[in-house]
Amino acid sequence: MTTHVFKPDMPPPGNRIGIVAWARANLFSSWLNTLLTLFAFYLIWLIVPPLLSWTILDANWVGSTRADCTKDGACWVFIQQRFGQFMYGYYPTELRWRVDLSVWLAVIGAAPLFISRFKHKAIYGLGFLVVYPILAYSLLHGGHWGLTNVATSQWGGLMLTLVIATVGIAGALPLGILLALGRRSDMPAIRVVCVTFIEFWRGVPLITVLFMSSVMLPLFLPEGMNFDKLLRALIGVILFQSAYVAEVVRGGLQAIPKGQYEAAAAMGLGYWRSMGLVILPQALKLVIPGIVNTFIALFKDTSLVIIIGLFDLLNSVKQAAADPTWLGMATEGYVFAALVFWIFCFGMSRYSMHLEHKLDTGHKR
Amino acid sequence: MQTKVGAPKPRLSLGDPRVRGWLFQIITVALVVFMGWYLFNNTQTNLQHRGITSGFDFLQRSAGFGIAQHLIDYTESDSYSRVFLIGLLNTLLVSVIGIVLATILGFIVGIARLSSNWMISKLATVYVEVFRNIPPLLQILFWYFAVFLTMPGPRNSHNFADIFYMSSRGLNMPAAVGTEAFWPFMASVLLAIVAVVLMVRRANQRFEETGVPFHKFWVGLALMLVIPGLCVLLFGTPVHWEMPQLKGFNFVGGWVLIPELLALTIALTVYTAAFIAEIVRSGIKSVSHGQTEAARSLGLRPGPTLRKVIIPQALRVIIPPLTSQYLNLVKNSSLAAGIGYPEMVSLFAGTVLNQTGQAIEVIAITMSVYLAISISISLLMNWYNTRIALIER
Repeated sequence: MTTHVFKPDMPPPGNRIGIVAWARANLFSSWLNTLLTLFAFYLIWLIVPPLLSWTILDANWVGSTRADCTKDGACWVFIQQRFGQFMYGYYPTELRWRVDLSVWLAVIGAAPLFISRFKHKAIYGLGFLVVYPILAYSLLHGGHWGLTNVATSQWGGLMLTLVIATVGIAGALPLGILLALGRRSDMPAIRVVCVTFIEFWRGVPLITVLFMSSVMLPLFLPEGMNFDKLLRALIGVILFQSAYVAEVVRGGLQAIPKGQYEAAAAMGLGYWRSMGLVILPQALKLVIPGIVNTFIALFKDTSLVIIIGLFDLLNSVKQAAADPTWLGMATEGYVFAALVFWIFCFGMSRYSMHLEHKLDTGHKR
Repeated sequence: MQTKVGAPKPRLSLGDPRVRGWLFQIITVALVVFMGWYLFNNTQTNLQHRGITSGFDFLQRSAGFGIAQHLIDYTESDSYSRVFLIGLLNTLLVSVIGIVLATILGFIVGIARLSSNWMISKLATVYVEVFRNIPPLLQILFWYFAVFLTMPGPRNSHNFADIFYMSSRGLNMPAAVGTEAFWPFMASVLLAIVAVVLMVRRANQRFEETGVPFHKFWVGLALMLVIPGLCVLLFGTPVHWEMPQLKGFNFVGGWVLIPELLALTIALTVYTAAFIAEIVRSGIKSVSHGQTEAARSLGLRPGPTLRKVIIPQALRVIIPPLTSQYLNLVKNSSLAAGIGYPEMVSLFAGTVLNQTGQAIEVIAITMSVYLAISISISLLMNWYNTRIALIER
């Protein structure tokens, strides 16, 4: 009796596997796709080689003055020479360690919050949020503990951008949560006040808010009482941002099923305890990605303080590019600033997507 | 003795939630009123001490400064209210151009991100990720200082077929000047549009009744070409083109788009289009694949499937966030203050405020303009949204 022996499988035909098949499926599947692919290659050929040669191949990397930039490409010497100004503004050079130290404190202090096995995140986080601003303020501003005073008018560069963005969101969060709760309140008077407040700030551009805080705030306050420019800007930013945070938080509050509210009431919890212990912990967890997105928007919006004459990263670059010894360096400066902003914003948006993925744990019904 | 059984007599106590509610509300209202009174009072004293008279009389005074771009006639002796009008018109101009261009670019990029073509979808992704993560003000400054101001002067300008000239003073292009035949021509175009609308209505009605299709597109095209064409034959050309001429150091004649306008429009379009692309992508993806399959199994070809099945459903998801992007674009047009394009904020809240010192009035007017624009756009889009909303049976 003969036994049937299977022949070994033949390999698939060459045009069904590997890079050729992939290209056929993804790039040249129809005449329209082929045309589009060729168009895309043309675009890349148009953009990438000049960009590459300007930024890297033909760029000037070493030197100390404008005369050292002899090649056609970008003059990165300009960025190197002005790097300190872009990062710290007019903060005194010998005191810049204080800025560095406060950044390191923030990084080290916040690190446990990102370790998933760390148990007491909530308590630690609240403590950090209370302690750190005091510490950072006294470090940056000085004036006691033997630290020399650095006026806020000397703050600038990326440091100022970060200060405005973080203080803005930290101040806007509690205010925004209160506004969101007020907007969903049963009491008509409170609801009307909150809705008016939120819709007003959401309807006007930040730039007019900054104008207002710099021009009108001094008129609103009693005589003799005056804030410095940075604080006025911060007040404007916080009020503006709280309206946006309130809308994000409201979305979270609406997503909590009604049963949770009823269950909290059935447990005999009053309004503040049912909100604080049952509703808000769930709602805030839901809206963390939304809040990160608001923060990204705020981070980009901080560049508007240029209008009221604060020297944030963008304004430092603009000033440096107007320096007569470095004329014609606007492109390099703006590209650098764009890169810094892009790294921060892109990093945060990736983090927010990651959070969204991680926190997506069964609120869907 | 009989004892009465029933609800206890209502008493005013803090334990009653209704009483507490009222109390809270009264306190809130009192606080708001007090804050308002306090601010008003401070402002009054401050204004008195600084010798500023409040009121809107300053609007009638003569402005006395020149403006780089005005859509309506303006001379330096005109009043501040005319300056306000020019600022408002310039804001609206940038907003309208920006919204139209950003919508077109955004839809193209959004659809490109969903393309089955790997290169195209990756290119679109790179576009979105690059431009939405750079602050719009930075993009405006980049286009203005690094691109348009570094262009050669008018004498060495980039010349496009002797029609368009791109220089550091802006984009010079031919101006259309209406001749005597202009109004007859416009009337003929209007007539053609009316004819097309009537034709489409009639054709649709006949299609509903008898099922006989009609070549609406081709007949419509013919109508649109023939009626104005006849008019041109009868009356001559409706417009005559005034070419820009280089005289001395600058161009004379023709229209010029100033570099501030170009920088602002391009930056806002590119920035907003990145967001619109994401909205379009998520909107189209929200329509389940079953819809496509169902349409295909009914025998619809890819084009009609997209037009009649996918897009109407996707629009419902797209419209609300698209509205807020439009609002953002209008609000972001105020960033023109960074480059001095004469719109609402830089012209009115900037120059006029500095000249008159009427901070409260100027800021109040500016803010109410933006509030009014915001509210009208949301109302318009809400109306459109309810019109296309799903009617559930």
